[in-house]
Amino acid sequence: MSGANGVLDALAGALLDPGQPVPAGLVTWNGSDPAARFAVYRNNVVVSLVEALADTFPVTRELVGAPFFDAMARCFVAEQPPRSPILTGYGDGFPGFVAAFEPAKALAYLPDLARLELARVRAYHAADAEALEPTMLAGYLTDPHRLPDTRMTLHPSLTVLSSDHAIASLWAAHQGERRIDEVDPALPECALVARVGDDVLVLSVTRGTAAFVALIGDGGSLGDAAGVAAAREPAFDLASALALIIRHSGIVAWHVPGDLET
Amino acid sequence: MMSPATIGIGLKPAHVKQILSAGAPLDFFEVHAENYLVAGGPFLRHLEQVRERFALSIHGVGLSIGGTAPLDTNHLDRLANLLRRFEPAWFSEHLAWCSDGTVFYNDLLPIPYTERSLARVCDHVDHVQERLGRRLLLENPSTYIEFAASTVTEGEFLAEVVRRTGCGLLLDVNNAYVSAVNHGREPWDLIAALPADAVDEIHLAGFAEDHDGAGDRLLIDTHGMPVADAVWALYQRTIAHLGPRPTLIERDQDIPPLHVLVDEALRARSVLIGVEPQSELAA
Repeated sequence: MSGANGVLDALAGALLDPGQPVPAGLVTWNGSDPAARFAVYRNNVVVSLVEALADTFPVTRELVGAPFFDAMARCFVAEQPPRSPILTGYGDGFPGFVAAFEPAKALAYLPDLARLELARVRAYHAADAEALEPTMLAGYLTDPHRLPDTRMTLHPSLTVLSSDHAIASLWAAHQGERRIDEVDPALPECALVARVGDDVLVLSVTRGTAAFVALIGDGGSLGDAAGVAAAREPAFDLASALALIIRHSGIVAWHVPGDLET
Repeated sequence: MMSPATIGIGLKPAHVKQILSAGAPLDFFEVHAENYLVAGGPFLRHLEQVRERFALSIHGVGLSIGGTAPLDTNHLDRLANLLRRFEPAWFSEHLAWCSDGTVFYNDLLPIPYTERSLARVCDHVDHVQERLGRRLLLENPSTYIEFAASTVTEGEFLAEVVRRTGCGLLLDVNNAYVSAVNHGREPWDLIAALPADAVDEIHLAGFAEDHDGAGDRLLIDTHGMPVADAVWALYQRTIAHLGPRPTLIERDQDIPPLHVLVDEALRARSVLIGVEPQSELAA
């Protein structure tokens, strides 16, 4: 290739790789070295993408400090630059990158905390859906024979995460909701993420509830999901798990076997 | 029909609630298309509420019209849906590239001004206008480097794109100033070279000061400061030359309180209706 293709391809190659020389074919009006000017573009690209990650992972950034986070994010940008102009989706690979990032290994809770923050951003931008009214659901719940085979469609924003670390408490501490020195990061926790109104909530839930929500979300029946949840957590209480989901506008459809779809 | 003294600002999530509850003495808001290409949630809901009361300008930053790669047709489809839903008064994009077909660089990168790049840009503009079924406004860029290969000026290039494609122009007066200083040119030369009838919207923003390898001024288009005095002067001359055009204050960094941006927009309105800004008289 020659001409415009050649020089733009050379620019593209050099933008994310500071080791590459400044491409030929660039000129300046005053004869100054184009390197100082090309550096503006390199800086814009990397800094803007690091800022995009900082917006998505604010608690991760607070936990490691801005200089560490920015250095880690720069490595991620060089390794996994965005493939789409829609940056709200950028950073899907970041928690996995953090898990493999040697200098962050001592902070074992960091990858799952980043996963929680990613889940929050996804929940914020998830599709809209009208939740079923609690009064309507109350009618279904009074028909116990059909409950085991019932399936539900959960709100698109609703997700759960299970972690070996206290991710929900760590996140809450960084919102000023509790004291950080009272959090033991090594305690396993599960978090439920849900968008209610304009806000994305993070709730600490039991292992059983997390397993229940995950299975229902995958299309499992109430009976199967409750069985798995009880196996994970002997004290699992189906009624309070359902109440929690309903309270957070989490059920958008209720599928009773043999009935028309609601 | 909008009044000639039409003013707007970029819509910032931090200002949305205040705008919806207290209103704003503005005619339109502008958003970056790519921030609203999401499935649902508060962004789209808020934009709908703003759209019920104000005109909208949708400004794309991801089409890579100047790029050597083919246009991303999936992205064009998403933009078409967004424009159908919000029916903005204007849709604009940049004379720049931001993707090589694989990586998205999240910056507006420069192109050489040659016959070959002109043909490619015109193909892309034709494609965009055809797919979106509307006129595209193409924005002049801020640039920090130039290409040895360029054979025409930016103004000549843009004028020829308008002539061949029928697109309109978004004249960013700050970009005109920044690029002129960065390349040792007269800012007015670009503005004078543009077909006046094609300019449908104007952008104003602030820049940061830096220096190049020779110690000469190098201005960085940060959108992080108030509009500079030199840019206001250039804007005043531009409006005297073109007549009033819808004008937007852009701010993407260090977002100030809403009233600061509204005051800047009102200063633009004063220029558009041909009176001196009140704030200067009061000072």
